[in-house]
Amino acid sequence: MRRTWVKGLLAGALTAAIMAAVPAAAAKDELVIGINQFPANWHPSIEAMATKAYIEGMTRRPFTVYDADWKLVCMLCTELPSVEKGTAVYETRADGSRGVAVTFTIHPDARWGDGKPVTTRDVLFTWEVGRHPQSGFSNFDLYGRDIVSIDVKDERTFTMHRDKPVCDYAAINDFRLLPEHLERPVFDADPATYRNRSVFETDPTNPGLVAGPYRMTEVASGSHVVLEPNPHWWGQKPAFRRIVVRAVENSAALEANLLAGQVDMVAGEVGLPLNQVLALEKRQGQRFRFLYKQGLIYEHIDLNLDNPVLKDLRVRKALLHAIDREAISRQLFEGRQPVAHNQTNPLDRVHAPGYPTYPFDPAAAGRLLDEAGWTDKRGGIRHNAAGERLQVEIMTTAGDRTRELLQQVMQAQWKQAGIDARIVNEPARVLFGQTLKERRFKAMALFAWISSPENIPRTTLHSSMIPTAANGWAGQNMTGFRDAEMDAVIDKLEYVCEPEPNRLLRTRLQQIYAEQLPALPLFFRSDAYVLPPWLDNLVPTGHQGFSSFWVETWRVK
Amino acid sequence: MTRFLVSRLLQAIVVLLVMSFLVTALIGLMPGDPVDLMLAGNPHATPADAARLRAVYGVDRPPVERYLHWLGGAVQGDFGYSRLFSRPVPEVIGPRLVNTGILLGAAFLLAVALALPLGVAAARRPWSLADDAVNLLCFAGISVPPFWLALLLILLFAVTLQWLPASGMAPVGGGSWVDGLRHAALPVATLAIASVGGYTRYVRSAMLVELRQDYIRTARAKGMTERRVVWRHALRNALIPVVTIMALEFGALFSGALVTETMFAWPGMGKLIYDSIMGNDYNVALVALLLATAMTLLGNLLADVAYAALDPRISFRAEPR
Repeated sequence: MRRTWVKGLLAGALTAAIMAAVPAAAAKDELVIGINQFPANWHPSIEAMATKAYIEGMTRRPFTVYDADWKLVCMLCTELPSVEKGTAVYETRADGSRGVAVTFTIHPDARWGDGKPVTTRDVLFTWEVGRHPQSGFSNFDLYGRDIVSIDVKDERTFTMHRDKPVCDYAAINDFRLLPEHLERPVFDADPATYRNRSVFETDPTNPGLVAGPYRMTEVASGSHVVLEPNPHWWGQKPAFRRIVVRAVENSAALEANLLAGQVDMVAGEVGLPLNQVLALEKRQGQRFRFLYKQGLIYEHIDLNLDNPVLKDLRVRKALLHAIDREAISRQLFEGRQPVAHNQTNPLDRVHAPGYPTYPFDPAAAGRLLDEAGWTDKRGGIRHNAAGERLQVEIMTTAGDRTRELLQQVMQAQWKQAGIDARIVNEPARVLFGQTLKERRFKAMALFAWISSPENIPRTTLHSSMIPTAANGWAGQNMTGFRDAEMDAVIDKLEYVCEPEPNRLLRTRLQQIYAEQLPALPLFFRSDAYVLPPWLDNLVPTGHQGFSSFWVETWRVK
Repeated sequence: MTRFLVSRLLQAIVVLLVMSFLVTALIGLMPGDPVDLMLAGNPHATPADAARLRAVYGVDRPPVERYLHWLGGAVQGDFGYSRLFSRPVPEVIGPRLVNTGILLGAAFLLAVALALPLGVAAARRPWSLADDAVNLLCFAGISVPPFWLALLLILLFAVTLQWLPASGMAPVGGGSWVDGLRHAALPVATLAIASVGGYTRYVRSAMLVELRQDYIRTARAKGMTERRVVWRHALRNALIPVVTIMALEFGALFSGALVTETMFAWPGMGKLIYDSIMGNDYNVALVALLLATAMTLLGNLLADVAYAALDPRISFRAEPR
């Protein structure tokens, strides 16, 4: 009896001790950020991953990046090269081909986190590794083809000779600098195994890997990363003594962590889905600050133009007229996710309004379908003179609740117009790994493209980019869109840089897209941020130059 | 006994070889390859770039050749590198295995510790109110989806009461063993609640059979205390089928619990296996699945050994038939 009593007392004491050790509320010199995936690796140029890029935004600085106003700015360089200033010069090479030479100067105070200066040796080393066939870089096109050569003037200034006389010569956002003093011995030892032995993987908290306001001081794989100020950071002093980035991959659990106070904020770029944040705002609107930023993730339906039904432009227009995107945006996204009428976002400097749009108009949809020969309505579904049913298949990523919901709403609206849309979904891996890549989808595929501001949509709209077995399924023109004028406009856009001719080309590109409708524009996705009321100055960007690139400006109110 | 163990070891090696080939073949059948995934975000990649990367990552060779190459390394202790994590496979799997062992081991022990008294209590008074209550709890535990249970526990203990942390294994910087217990409490409870129902039902059912046996009646007639009859005689025999079930669960201890690990941000094997399969990380997926197979085989071996300990009639000595 006595032993039982003692055991009970011990168990009670242990329970009390465990329960009493409730974590103290986070001090305001510490910020805990919740993200939805833990990065698998840390090398900046091997295996692109959004959460890795988000954390890198706090620890590294690219030469150039698009800012919150979608303008290109210098981060590691002193100023953007330009033809006017003479730091960008169009040139003709010895073989007669044309290119452009752009001169950058590294910021004079730029240092790696171990105090070593950032120099042109790092630039040359990065280029050497990037173009090495065995290094495993996934953006070989930049290092191996786009950059023809690099001339070094001194420790800080270099001239990069680019392969083509492009207009966006100053944008080298993807040139991710490697610290030569740490990585050279590893790379020289064996380039073929460099990717596995890089200091980024073997010693990710090494301060010499960072050149940004923060450095990683703890990496708990699969759980969290701790960042502390980089003493050698040359810019504005960051406000937080410590930032913890915590990965919680289930969105409901991430929300619960937020409510439990275990995370202070959820990053909009790599956090919660929009509709979950909208629901949270209704319940917890006073407790947090909610920010929404529409961006460059273009949600749309790719149409397989080899499909005999969809070949007919009238049917494509009818499909768009038959769906009420404004109502869907209001009902599903509370208007936070604006309707897209083109593949170019209206916030983009190169957007040129004036192209045709297709508002919800069931009567217009009906007229177009009648004109296309789908006149005979039997059982609510239209048939043509040959007795064929107006039936199309729509695919998307299985398990994506927002897209599946959207699909069902559109299916119902199309049915009202006499179109039988059949839903056939596949896991993302199969849809993107095979079905879309090899153009195996029968009619329609709902997914999103991610691009950067001022993007030229060569890979998605130029006829040379239609994936085929012959070209090894290269390119992203999954619709099979072929338009000679579009090809010519895209070809010219890359080299016609004078503002007015360039604007006219952009205008024409957007017009052709709207007139021909190779895809049905739906929405521009919005990033939804859940922030603590005391956090100030976090400015969402809406593109892949994440808000974390300006972490040093974040302040406590 | 030695002969039995050697025989089982040889069988295990054959099973593992067959499994390794099957897993390789199944992974190879999935659409796309690692390079497709890597280049999905790079619209400017050419077929030549893809071919170069396939050579770099060794996926340009036929699956059988890749398998034999992997096998050659594996028998020498070289399990290759993880494509996703850019680290040697044992370095990727090792810490996750430990995390999963802690989580599922604790949940397993807790579930067994609860299931034995509950199952025995229910069997001693079948169809009573106590039995009905135990059955109700069992079916509730079996029926509740783990993600929902996890969410309920988080909302109650982390959000509302703020007694326990909602996720992770430890606070930033490590923390004490008490912190470790606090972090493990909810995921362990989720897994234990999910499995205690099943174990209790097995114990109850086996105990019901044993308690009706003649030797139990004899023991009672001899004046043995009820406690001794139940716990020393009936339970010992009832444990044989229960041990079989638990042995099968042993393999699962090392293959992780995807849903619970994801809900509680517990970096374990379940999530690793899922990510490695979805990310075409052949080496990690193969070794992790083989490890789970090996542990299942080991569990069965331990169960066989346990039978002999529980039932003196079972012997591993070769006898004429």
